[in-house]
Amino acid sequence: MNFKPYRTSLALISLAALSGVAALGPTIAWAADSAKVLIKDFMFMPMSVTVKTGATVSWVNMDDEPHTIVSDTGLFRSSGLDTNESFSYKFDKPGTYHIACSIHPRMVATIVVE
Amino acid sequence: MSDDKLLLSRRNALKCMAYGGAGTLFVLAGGVFTPVDLAMAGEYGRGGSKAGKPLFVQISDTHIGFNKEANPDVSGTFTQTIDLVNAMPEQPALIIHTGDITHLSKAAEFDLAEQMLSRLRTTELHTVPGEHDTTDSTVTEYFSRFGKASNNKGYYSFDHAGVHFIALINVLQFKPGGLGTLGAEQLAWVAADLKGRSSSTPIVVFAHMPLWTIYEPWGWGTGDSDQLMSQLRRFGSVTVLNGHIHQIVQKVEGNVTFHTARSTAYPQPLAGVGSGPGPLKVPPDQLAQMLGITSVTVMKHPHSLMLNDAALA
Repeated sequence: MNFKPYRTSLALISLAALSGVAALGPTIAWAADSAKVLIKDFMFMPMSVTVKTGATVSWVNMDDEPHTIVSDTGLFRSSGLDTNESFSYKFDKPGTYHIACSIHPRMVATIVVE
Repeated sequence: MSDDKLLLSRRNALKCMAYGGAGTLFVLAGGVFTPVDLAMAGEYGRGGSKAGKPLFVQISDTHIGFNKEANPDVSGTFTQTIDLVNAMPEQPALIIHTGDITHLSKAAEFDLAEQMLSRLRTTELHTVPGEHDTTDSTVTEYFSRFGKASNNKGYYSFDHAGVHFIALINVLQFKPGGLGTLGAEQLAWVAADLKGRSSSTPIVVFAHMPLWTIYEPWGWGTGDSDQLMSQLRRFGSVTVLNGHIHQIVQKVEGNVTFHTARSTAYPQPLAGVGSGPGPLKVPPDQLAQMLGITSVTVMKHPHSLMLNDAALA
């Protein structure tokens, strides 16, 4: 029996399959376009968010006690936020950013910008 | 008056402490705080020479600008406080405010607080800021009004009636996840300030955040305070006065007495009770009992300081 045509077909099918995969397009990004962080019970919720470069993160204070959002590198800093007040920052550069509340320095959180 | 009248059995002492109430008088003698019934204390005060005249009154955590449920009228309770101090039969020589004058460091809040403080009959006022007074990164609002004594550094010292006062700032240096901080520069300044002073000089140290660790998970303490205390231990009488926690907590360690004051605005929960050190809501008719001031008197014999916590009701 001559198997050559079968192998050729298999090769053609494999090639087609690979081309098909290539034709799906670029990888989908999972980082968010924007994020909203709630400040409640002396915690940033969530404590870590991942956003795309250029995304805006906003924080809103749900506590009776004022809080601030201060980057540990001094890149940005909110004023004292009273209850229901908010603060936003647009992250133009990728990287990992650490923040804390300057009134209650044990409250910390991370923003990962991809 | 003999010393016997001051000695109480442990049972009586515990009974006294259970009252709290309008005024708790603690006499510091031989490094030990002994609670004394107020009626007896009155006699004691009149018995000594100038023992009844308070050296100073400590006011703390007025939080002008706060308006939530725990106290919708902090200006009202502050006014009550000022009336209480102004009604004292002997006026204190000076007033010390241990910070959180305002709630959000706003200009209007500082203006109102200053206006209200000017109603005090005693005009000599010394302050240190709390973290609520320094939320603007340049601390402009606080220092433009109260920074002169320290050249805008926040720490300074002065003497009055033979007592050496040291004002410290522990809310400026910001370490995420940490307690309050004094910092190397301030600690070096304290060393220079204390150098050569006689160990028999009574020392009063005041700062906003507690200078000993009361409850670390809520930031109730100062990370480098051990370095401060080691410099103070050689002195025969050291009184450390703080605010920040809106309740009275005290500790005596040898010649050092640590004491935090009530707020005039709102109380806070006991350490660890609840999600954090936020305003504690209490029934309105109980609020005034949990707010107040501390008055401090120099005792001639023994040469030490007597603290008296007085509530608004």
